[in-house]
Amino acid sequence: MNALNSLMDGFGTALTPVNLLWAALGVLLGTAIGVLPGIGPAMAVALLLPVTYGLDPVAAFIMFAGIYYGAMFGGSTTSILLNTPGESAAVVAAMEGNPMAKSGRGAQALAAAAIGHFAGGMIGTVLLVALAPTVADLAVDIGAPDYFAIMVLAFIAVTSVLGSSRVRGMASLLIGLTIGLVGLDQMTGQQRLTFGSLQLADGVDVVIVAVGLFAIGEALWVAAHLRRGAAEPIPVGRPWLGRGDVKRTWKSWLRGPFIGFPFGAIPAGGAEIPTFLSYVTEKRLSTHKDEWGKGAIEGVAGPESAASASAAGTLVSMLTLGLPTTAVAAVMLAAFQQYGIQPGPLLFEREPELVWGLIASLFVGMVLLLALNLPLAPVWAKLLRIPRPYLYAGIMFFAAVGAYAVGGEVVDLVTLLVIGLVGFGMRRYGLPILPAVIGVILGPNAEQQLRRALQISDGSVTGLVNTPFAVTVYAVIVVLLAWPLLKRLVTRGRSRADA
Amino acid sequence: MTTPTTESPTGTATGRRAWLREHSELGVCVLLLALGVLVLTDALTMDVDITQRGPVGPKTVPIAVGIGLLVISALLAVDVLRGGRGEAEGGEDVDLSEPADWRTVLLLTGVFLGSAVLIEPAGFPVAGALLFWGAAFALGSRRVDRDPLIAAVLSLLTYVVFDKLLGVPLPGGPLMGVL
Repeated sequence: MNALNSLMDGFGTALTPVNLLWAALGVLLGTAIGVLPGIGPAMAVALLLPVTYGLDPVAAFIMFAGIYYGAMFGGSTTSILLNTPGESAAVVAAMEGNPMAKSGRGAQALAAAAIGHFAGGMIGTVLLVALAPTVADLAVDIGAPDYFAIMVLAFIAVTSVLGSSRVRGMASLLIGLTIGLVGLDQMTGQQRLTFGSLQLADGVDVVIVAVGLFAIGEALWVAAHLRRGAAEPIPVGRPWLGRGDVKRTWKSWLRGPFIGFPFGAIPAGGAEIPTFLSYVTEKRLSTHKDEWGKGAIEGVAGPESAASASAAGTLVSMLTLGLPTTAVAAVMLAAFQQYGIQPGPLLFEREPELVWGLIASLFVGMVLLLALNLPLAPVWAKLLRIPRPYLYAGIMFFAAVGAYAVGGEVVDLVTLLVIGLVGFGMRRYGLPILPAVIGVILGPNAEQQLRRALQISDGSVTGLVNTPFAVTVYAVIVVLLAWPLLKRLVTRGRSRADA
Repeated sequence: MTTPTTESPTGTATGRRAWLREHSELGVCVLLLALGVLVLTDALTMDVDITQRGPVGPKTVPIAVGIGLLVISALLAVDVLRGGRGEAEGGEDVDLSEPADWRTVLLLTGVFLGSAVLIEPAGFPVAGALLFWGAAFALGSRRVDRDPLIAAVLSLLTYVVFDKLLGVPLPGGPLMGVL
């Protein structure tokens, strides 16, 4: 099998001592930053971007993979021990994990989460190896109209599946698209929204937008509403599992990935929906129904495994189609663009060393994560006690370092602050952040594909829908848009049937 | 979160102020509207001459985005007037029961701008340390013995790691010239 050979080569890349070091560093940094309250995986990856500027792309992405998985694991530690999840994917971990910690079973909850992440990540990555080359092969022939359709799908999905309000999601997307317009038009060199400024002619760097919205926006928002007297974390020892616990959880660990992986691959908000679905499934299948809500270990194991596998699913669409389905993938895509690499079907042909090194390092990272996090859990728990002023001052500090490192210009810092203030306003009025980031990253690309498609068809709009692939994608978009209506019809029908 | 519309009497000044506070989200609509007008003006005043290749020029997408902004601004206004409210984002350290603390936000913004101005003349180690200390102070930390020390160590360490180890250049400033 070809994929297997390539994977072996990938291990050859990932297992060199230097790359092993980057993977370990990524896992440690990712977990440490993910554990810190208020920092989710997306902010962790955005803040750590500048660390990789001096590295070659292979090392950088090996490190990123570690950061991603580490940050996701770190987030669940926070929700188990603090019960105040900062991001939606970790909400489920708190539902059973925190009661467990309160009743003195925190060590078992952390162990169930850590092994769940390991199992989910392993199975998810195996699925990634099996599927990604096939998807890439299928996608090699797709052209400009198909790409444009996929990007429109990403825009629609990100605004209508996530969040509670479509209007606000759409507003956020349009803000992102507007920021993406600033600069020279890629096809004609026409200045757009630059107001004659030379600095703006280069456009606004995606890294600055991501760091501004995720890090500065968050720090300012928390500063305005800082909780007096932060929640006390529950102290915890070294994670371990008894035989009875393992008997209860092994099936949950294995079930989770099959819920998580497919959801990660489609633009439906990453880990949020699959963790919840896994929770519901485990609850239905559990033989200890009386423990639910009071700390059922399956309720930690299943969702954590699903969350980790969804990260692998995310990488399938990111690497093969260049389609980011979560905030972390969006930031990673920005990192790819920074190196002048365009993820997509050709990536597997053009950069085999990078892709397979990255995939192999996912396996390596997973083993490191398990090996490091079980013994280090008490240390991570101590991070939860960091004084909040230092935490948010540190976020501002590293955000500034990141923005300055992009080009060494003071103007970038001012831009960063302005975008941070936009992020603050968006948090205040419930505009989701992700659509804006997706808009900035995919907007310019989508415009290019649109114009290319219309050039080929000589201006005829039929040029956008002349492939079966594009037609299928537009059909999916119509279903997504009509979904609230359909749902209303279904529930009405059901309530009539009940009555 | 959807709260039922409260038809407040707009006759008195206090009533009007309360109504505006209740509907402050309309400010977002105004900003979106302004942004839409800006994008449209920029697109329509662009001189596109021979540089335009293909049927879709550099104007088309900005015009579409601008119109989209105007439409969304109107839709959001309708939603707000009907009683829809954007849900403020929660979080681990966020307490939404207290009113927003604008002083801290302004202080943080000021500290950040100050450091941005200082970074080139004074160098990163100094500007970064001031940024950390200033931000921690703004956020309520008052340990005069510990805060500046942490700030200086963090800033110096970051400078060394980025500039010397990772090959990401940061300005050293006069201080690093002396050392």
